[in-house]
Amino acid sequence: MLEFKQSDYDEIRRHGEETYPHECCGVLLGTMSEDGDHRIVSTTVRCQNTRDDRPQDRFYIDPRDLVRIQRQGREQGLDIVGFYHSHPDCPAQWSKTDFAEAHWIGCSYVITRVDKAKSADTNSFWLRGADEEDKRFEDEPITFVAVAQQGGVPAPAQAAVPQAEVPKK
Amino acid sequence: MKVLIPTPLRQYADKKDAVDVPGATVGEALKNLTTSHPDLKKHLYNEDGKLRAFVNVYLNDEDIRYMEKENTPVAQSDTLSIVPSIAGG
Repeated sequence: MLEFKQSDYDEIRRHGEETYPHECCGVLLGTMSEDGDHRIVSTTVRCQNTRDDRPQDRFYIDPRDLVRIQRQGREQGLDIVGFYHSHPDCPAQWSKTDFAEAHWIGCSYVITRVDKAKSADTNSFWLRGADEEDKRFEDEPITFVAVAQQGGVPAPAQAAVPQAEVPKK
Repeated sequence: MKVLIPTPLRQYADKKDAVDVPGATVGEALKNLTTSHPDLKKHLYNEDGKLRAFVNVYLNDEDIRYMEKENTPVAQSDTLSIVPSIAGG
């Protein structure tokens, strides 16, 4: 299961709209449960799609960016728990290329379909398996962390948020 | 030197996010890493004993492919990052 704040979820979908008709891509930083079944996204990091030859249907994240993000995450007590990218005018399902290029076993791969510069459905796939030869994608549910609602009507998680940080209408 | 272990490989490194290893070169450091944590070996190297194509190894902020690869000299204060690639379509 992959858990987002609504604002982070909206952000990755917005990223896909901004880069349309090209694919966007980025990293999900957060924490994993001890058994690895549950990933909680704390923040998202936009990356540059460096596939300049065919950015409309391919993406590649510069490993140098990953090194930097991994290091920054570590300093904040966060791990890379997944990645996201968009499929311009194509289904929010993993492709053969996505599978062949997926190597972060245990992490989530989130895909958003973007139709004519508007985000449509978003799905997440959990890469599982013992190794490269055994890996597989499994559909996984996306859930949302309860946060303060604008206008001062608190959701359940609101109790932990100091009053001064509650957004005013 | 410190070797940063990416999320998917930590289960083979006693769940550590970093491991301190001795070594004068990148190759020695990686060999010592896989000696102390043998389950890591097949995830980093192919059957020919070469680093898998999708495994990027960075010495501080530099890709070792553009240095002296596994012969690149290292200092104990350096950090080695293992970063599997991210791509798709």
